[in-house]
Amino acid sequence: MLSYAVRRLLEAIPTLLVIVALSFFLMHSAPGGPFDSERVLPPEIEANLKAAYNLDKPVWQQFAIYLGNALQGDFGPSFTYKDFTVSELISTGFPVSLKLGLSAVTLAVIIGCTLGILAAMRQNTKTDYTVMGFAMVGITIPNFVMAPLLTLIFGIYLGLLPVAGLGDGSIRNLVLPVVALALPQIAIVSRLTRGGMVEVLRSNFVRTAHAKGLPEHLIITRHTLRAALLPVVSYLGPAIAGLVTGSVVIEQIFGLPGIGRYFVQGAINRDYTLVMGTVITYGSLIVLMNLLVDLVYGLMDPRVRYD
Amino acid sequence: MVKDVTGSGARSKLIEKAAEEVQGRSLWQDARRRLFANKMAVASMIVLGIIALMAIFADLLSPHAYDEVYWDYIGVGPTLENSHWFGTDANGRDLFIRTLYGAKVSLMVGIVTTLVALIIGVVYGAIAGYFGGRIDTIMMRIVDVLYSMPLMFFIIILVVVFGRHIVLVFVAIGCVEWLTMARIVRGQTMSVKRKEFIEAARASGVSTPNIIRRHIIPNVIGPVIVFVTLMVPVVILVESFLSFLGLGVQEPMTSWGVLISEGAAQMENAPHMLIFPAVFLAVTLFCFNFIGDGLRDALDPKDR
Repeated sequence: MLSYAVRRLLEAIPTLLVIVALSFFLMHSAPGGPFDSERVLPPEIEANLKAAYNLDKPVWQQFAIYLGNALQGDFGPSFTYKDFTVSELISTGFPVSLKLGLSAVTLAVIIGCTLGILAAMRQNTKTDYTVMGFAMVGITIPNFVMAPLLTLIFGIYLGLLPVAGLGDGSIRNLVLPVVALALPQIAIVSRLTRGGMVEVLRSNFVRTAHAKGLPEHLIITRHTLRAALLPVVSYLGPAIAGLVTGSVVIEQIFGLPGIGRYFVQGAINRDYTLVMGTVITYGSLIVLMNLLVDLVYGLMDPRVRYD
Repeated sequence: MVKDVTGSGARSKLIEKAAEEVQGRSLWQDARRRLFANKMAVASMIVLGIIALMAIFADLLSPHAYDEVYWDYIGVGPTLENSHWFGTDANGRDLFIRTLYGAKVSLMVGIVTTLVALIIGVVYGAIAGYFGGRIDTIMMRIVDVLYSMPLMFFIIILVVVFGRHIVLVFVAIGCVEWLTMARIVRGQTMSVKRKEFIEAARASGVSTPNIIRRHIIPNVIGPVIVFVTLMVPVVILVESFLSFLGLGVQEPMTSWGVLISEGAAQMENAPHMLIFPAVFLAVTLFCFNFIGDGLRDALDPKDR
């Protein structure tokens, strides 16, 4: 188990390197540079600027310097947010994004599993069809459509919840973003849970449990759930990637100061260092989460062997 | 697959019955019959067909041009006056024709990009699966590494770095979405390549590219078709996502993502700007999903 974890951790290193390299070289192959502007700079000043940002060195050397700094958590200065380093921007934005993402994952797992179990227990009844219909809607309607619609209904027509921003930081401000972010994941998790449950409920060991006369709730909690939730656990990796991508749009819509918004603003303003910083942060997060999910999966499924 | 456990009487009956059905049914005829028996899938095909026709003949359906500005009608709701059936947007352009132009862009992106992904994925997967061994290991390892990356971000970087051109959107999304396709095709290829007819082809001296083209690819096409139908909505979504962020198609051209983004900005005073394109997008995505599900049920040999 431990050696497997270490090996997976080592395998994550090349993936992360590829992420850094790909984003670095893509950015540097872009036509034009960060100091192109309407006003033509005197050549000396331009040379000084380039030297200050190491842009006068060959690309591979720049990459080595960037990599060295990035390993120490220094992603360089932001080109558009003057006086801020990318690391500062990320460290102020990350807690907001993390709070949003963690709440959405928790919500998705709890509600998704509950709905899925309900649907599976009452298979082919109205409950089942309602839940699965809801899941279809949740999967089909993207969250950048869902978010404005939710705001329109709950924020504007009913006036129940704040429309945007963090406000005084109370939980009310996070309700709409978290719900909008979690809805597609709730839908997918409930479908997976239902699928898993339906299959496991038909299996021999559940029939044996019934034959032994175990009460229904014990069969569900002790026997069925453990096997039925495996697809949900293995889906958590992609779910986190989906939430990360979703949060980019959700932060933009609700005006939340997380790193997703920095990413979009950076991309639109061609703030290369900021974009790279956010991509690397997100990339590492996704790679590490995938690793964690695989390990948890192994703990839950005794059939998985580490070799 | 008839087991002779019931004795010769039943057997002769079966033979008689078989003789009545001399007309053989191919896998594809079977699949078509089952697909057309699926009401949701048929309804989806009809709805999707209508949307596609509306998109193709957009200019005949509306007296307005997609980029014409009507100064007297800015952000008005649906009205029969001056035939703005869906109302106008914040710049006074007719929303009906713009929604249909959005349909044009979205459907085109969906189909072209899926084709790009299809070609890369099928060729890559078929090669990896057919050759196996070290080539397979290396090729699939590359796919694994790419898989664990935040690809959406690379699409965005690509689009930002190389300019916001519609063709680039096709290529960028296509380059990313082929991964799953390659995995599916590889798995199918590995199971097909051990079959006798491949061995027969090889024994009779058919060249490797021809075996892949004539024998492997036609036999892995079933799951690929299902996946393609389910991939079109994903691609449409990605394009809308990019356009929503302002990174996709550029003004005055439009797509559903752009319209939804504009609508979301104006939803307090002009909710119709959000609702019409959002409904069109959602209905289209629904249709593709239902058709995909229908095709999967129709083509899945496990259910036979």
